Amino acid sequence: MPQNVPVVEKILSANDRLAQENRTAIEAAGVFAINIMASPGAGKTSLIEQTVRALQGKLHIGMINGDIATSLDADRAAAAGAAAVQVNTGGECHLDAVMLHDALPRLDLKSIDLLIVENVGNLICPAGFALGTHKNVLVASIPEGDDKPYKYPGMYRGAEAVVINKIDLLPYVPFRMDFFQRGIQVLNPGVVQFRLSCRTGEGLTAWLNWLQKQVRINR
Amino acid sequence: MHELPVTESILEIALRHAEQAGANRVTDLYLVIGQLASIVDDSVQFYWDIVAKGTPAEGARLHFQRIPAEFLCLDCGERYAPGEQVLACPKCQSVRVKVAAGDEFRLESIDVDSSDNLAPPPAENCDATERSSR
Repeated sequence: MPQNVPVVEKILSANDRLAQENRTAIEAAGVFAINIMASPGAGKTSLIEQTVRALQGKLHIGMINGDIATSLDADRAAAAGAAAVQVNTGGECHLDAVMLHDALPRLDLKSIDLLIVENVGNLICPAGFALGTHKNVLVASIPEGDDKPYKYPGMYRGAEAVVINKIDLLPYVPFRMDFFQRGIQVLNPGVVQFRLSCRTGEGLTAWLNWLQKQVRINR
Repeated sequence: MHELPVTESILEIALRHAEQAGANRVTDLYLVIGQLASIVDDSVQFYWDIVAKGTPAEGARLHFQRIPAEFLCLDCGERYAPGEQVLACPKCQSVRVKVAAGDEFRLESIDVDSSDNLAPPPAENCDATERSSR
């Protein structure tokens, strides 16, 4: 006979469970992992390149790159000195825990200190899918405009660090930093922020120091 | 578009709970989706018709309860709907706020039918209107 069955289950609970498994595997290998998210062109790969180069000899870095197609980004990270694995999502707009679960065995986690996961360029979906990484890093960039926290609140709420890239373009692009910051403050009070330029190198030191500290305290 | 994996996840959860309830058919699903969750109802419905085919949930109706976004000011207690360019509290301008509602993303309940094939088809008395609230 017909009846109503209470469920009350988060729709992405299966993804969340697998993300927890990923986290366990990552931590068992003594690795600290970050998930880098941004819109296309904000500078995710440039930030990773700069980070890998700067930390060469200090940290062993592994990288998992999610892209709809091509291995261009993984190639750039590998050229900079990281152990890189490419995940082509086949049109999917974000990485999910399943994809990371499949990619992890392709890296020698034991030989890595820091795992950088580069998500698919997208300001909507990636925040909804936990991967099992320790921290979400959102890369914003000056040319994108100062209204992005207001338009994509989900992404800004889901970040544990916000990198504002391309500050060398501030003199040329209208960008109200205070308006941008107010949006972030409301959505994500106290979130750590870095203003930098991957092109000129300005501001990178603070980011690198923070990252190295996170690796130290989380491993 | 991530509605396909989302839809598959909804199906997996519904079938699991139906089986636990000893039911052999799912007729209705009640979804609670906050405004801040990025999901398109029509798109989920489109994929549903495909992924549920051949399962005990084939042809089940999807009901979407949309929850508007609501912020709560931690300084003055004001509850308000965030504006397009104004996220801070409209009453006291504080930016110490938290999301009180709008990020729901869950399957609240399902209507199932456990009558076997020998019984007459279910009549219109199916409890489809009884929706559990939050």
